[in-house]
Amino acid sequence: MSQVERLRGTAPGKRHNARTVAALTGNPGCTRRAVLDAAGVDKVRLAERIGFPGAFGQSRFALARGNAFEAMLKADDCALLRSTLGAYVGGYEDLGADEDDTLSARHTRTRALLRSGAEGLLDHPLLTLDVAGQTVFLEPDLIAYQNGSQLQVVEIKSFAIIDGQADGTAVSSAAVQAAVYVLALRRLLGDDRVSHEVVLVCPENFSMQPVAVVLDVRKQLSTLKRQLSRLASVSSLIESLPPTLSFDLAQPVADLVSSLDTLTARYAPECLSACEMSVFCRDEADGRTELLGRPVREALGGIETVGEVLALAAGTREPEPDQVEAATLLRAAQRLRDEAL
Amino acid sequence: MSTLVALARAHAFAAGRAQPITTVRHLHVHDRPLVLIPLAMAGEANAPLAAMLGSSPADARLLVVSQPRNRDERFTFFADLAEAVVPYLDSFAGATEAVPVDRGRDVRHRFVDAPQIWVPNPGGADFLRLLGRSTRFRRTDGDFPVPASVPRLGQWLTFLASSAEVPGSSLLVNAVQALGQHWATGQSAAEDAHFGSLFAWITEGVEAAREAENGPVAGPATDPAFDNEILAPLITAADPALTGVLRELLTPTWERMWKSIELLRDLPAGARVGSRWDSDRDAYSAYVEHLIEDGSPQPRRDGAVAAAARLQRLENAATRYAVQRAFDDPLVMAEHRLTGQAFGAVVTLAKADRIDDSGKRPVLRPRIMVATSEAVRVEPGAALTSPARPAQKAKVISVTPGATSTDVVLELSGGMGRKLVAEPGSVPEVGEQLLLTTLSEAYRPGAAFPDPDDTPWTHGGPPARPSVDADDQ
Ligand code: SF4
Repeated sequence: MSQVERLRGTAPGKRHNARTVAALTGNPGCTRRAVLDAAGVDKVRLAERIGFPGAFGQSRFALARGNAFEAMLKADDCALLRSTLGAYVGGYEDLGADEDDTLSARHTRTRALLRSGAEGLLDHPLLTLDVAGQTVFLEPDLIAYQNGSQLQVVEIKSFAIIDGQADGTAVSSAAVQAAVYVLALRRLLGDDRVSHEVVLVCPENFSMQPVAVVLDVRKQLSTLKRQLSRLASVSSLIESLPPTLSFDLAQPVADLVSSLDTLTARYAPECLSACEMSVFCRDEADGRTELLGRPVREALGGIETVGEVLALAAGTREPEPDQVEAATLLRAAQRLRDEAL
Repeated sequence: MSTLVALARAHAFAAGRAQPITTVRHLHVHDRPLVLIPLAMAGEANAPLAAMLGSSPADARLLVVSQPRNRDERFTFFADLAEAVVPYLDSFAGATEAVPVDRGRDVRHRFVDAPQIWVPNPGGADFLRLLGRSTRFRRTDGDFPVPASVPRLGQWLTFLASSAEVPGSSLLVNAVQALGQHWATGQSAAEDAHFGSLFAWITEGVEAAREAENGPVAGPATDPAFDNEILAPLITAADPALTGVLRELLTPTWERMWKSIELLRDLPAGARVGSRWDSDRDAYSAYVEHLIEDGSPQPRRDGAVAAAARLQRLENAATRYAVQRAFDDPLVMAEHRLTGQAFGAVVTLAKADRIDDSGKRPVLRPRIMVATSEAVRVEPGAALTSPARPAQKAKVISVTPGATSTDVVLELSGGMGRKLVAEPGSVPEVGEQLLLTTLSEAYRPGAAFPDPDDTPWTHGGPPARPSVDADDQ
């Protein structure tokens, strides 16, 4: 049994998708998340088990609309999708439903089809990526479009583009996710075969009419590569963890919590919308300035705890040598605040 | 994030209670505001599920779309919303006042009051913007005619949403922003975005805030668990209980909205809040006039000239708002003192009758020396002002740092009357405490833009007239 299997315990491994890889790179400094994800621990259930559940559901209305939009595009041999993309030549092949027991077969078939370079649309290709020392399968939520000598990633999204503009958060997370796919495809086929321009297909305005927009994801790609290479070091860290350490959900809660304590977290309020462990980590960070957000922590001179901040500001505590500058600023701020109130 | 506000957050955390970050109120609070809480249907582009609205706490009106995919119901909703909101917006186009223009050679008229709509959060304002976009081009004839009030509502919502982007405007206010400008909580900005939590930090404290996080949302997005477990079965069964469920969901937010308005109303208004509301009344008056005289809906996108002019207006408004807040509020000014853009000082020498006769005509140019122990980051030649004498300019002649304090010599001009002898009290006297800042309220004239019809081809040429079509559904 490998160390990661031991960490996970009896539960089946949680699969990765472009969203989880994107979230992982969103907080690359967090060892806790990197280890839990590398081991495939189900963080939703872990957080529930230890009494810190988060709200990470998806509305069934949103899902239904997304599915309806996708089905409409793919009906009649992808007639609407082809006209949206201008992709009239070539075939359409669907590698089919995402099931665990056909993983390697679908991955082999994906590789063969992509390497053949035949023009057309390949739906649900099963790709892999090295994340934190593990080779993980990505949920195949994309279409690979072979157009001439280049392969393009096509993502179908159900958020609307209204008068050429869309919700900024939705677009930027779509771009990071697409970059995950571009990277996985490039690792398989070579950099020059896969375009850094990805196509988003979204409903336009207030209708279900599709519109295609091209996004350049070079910036997201380089961030992703940099952060994935930092995560690579997690594999040696995992090897060095004590062999008794486990996140098997069958354990008592106290044991799970003490296991979590051995993994250093790096909480930031952004975790609340990106990581299933966030309610637990927020509670753990109680009293620390990162709880207030990075800009606040920086404005407080990077001092670690709220208690220290207030003591330095009140002048009741001698600053450490590296806190002198921050302490001067905080004392001035406190004096001005007292004067004005 | 200024260190002063960050420090207030630290205090709030320690106290378990939000802390004030202003000494006065920086927005206009209306006597008769309209509160509007929109709720959206998940997954759809701007499809309404419900709205709770009204202009008094006891008078909440609830509009519901019980089958969100039914186009007729959606249009009934728009018509009902228009019927409830448009008369409120129109109701201020009554009494006018004359405003002198062109140095008193002419007058123009503006309405003595204007509407004010409150939504819970920035998402609510954005939802209204899109609602405006989806209704302002609707036709009152043709295949899917709508009542005339529907496109009119769309025009109004578009107007309000675009004025909400102007810093310091109070025509469309979102409660999260309004509260967050006056109180700092002991949590992060991300958590403050939850209206119920922010409100609880101010009124009750941290424990109530944590509880509010799991309470009903303030829209426009619903909670996925609510969608899946409660909403979906009700919609599938066309259950008439839906209205009651939505009323229960929205009522806590409704009550918090009105209490937030009260909380803010109770703060003393800043001295310059009134002049910004005057600008809002100008904007409202101009839009009423546009509706009467031209009536065309706002274009989908601004043309090149309009976009550039708008950007400049927004930048000017942002500067004006930042300066005015500092001038109105010593606690906001303190942020500038901390960064050295302002300093408190005491007058140590004053020569009030100094005349500069090096030019063609002799002019009154008193000089004063001030001493300060604060950081001074100004160079000789810089122009300073003091909020106590905003019409007076103080030019920095010299800055001499000493062991414990810094001496600054200043030459004064303006705000002393027209004679060669200063009006009494217009020149600071020895011993007077002064606040001096590089911030200035002086009007900065904008760049000249061509008429839209003369837009150069490099910028897309003259914009087309907005066309009316039905791209909805
Ligand atoms: S919530 Fe916790 S585990 Fe997740 S990324 Fe943040 S700090 Fe790491």
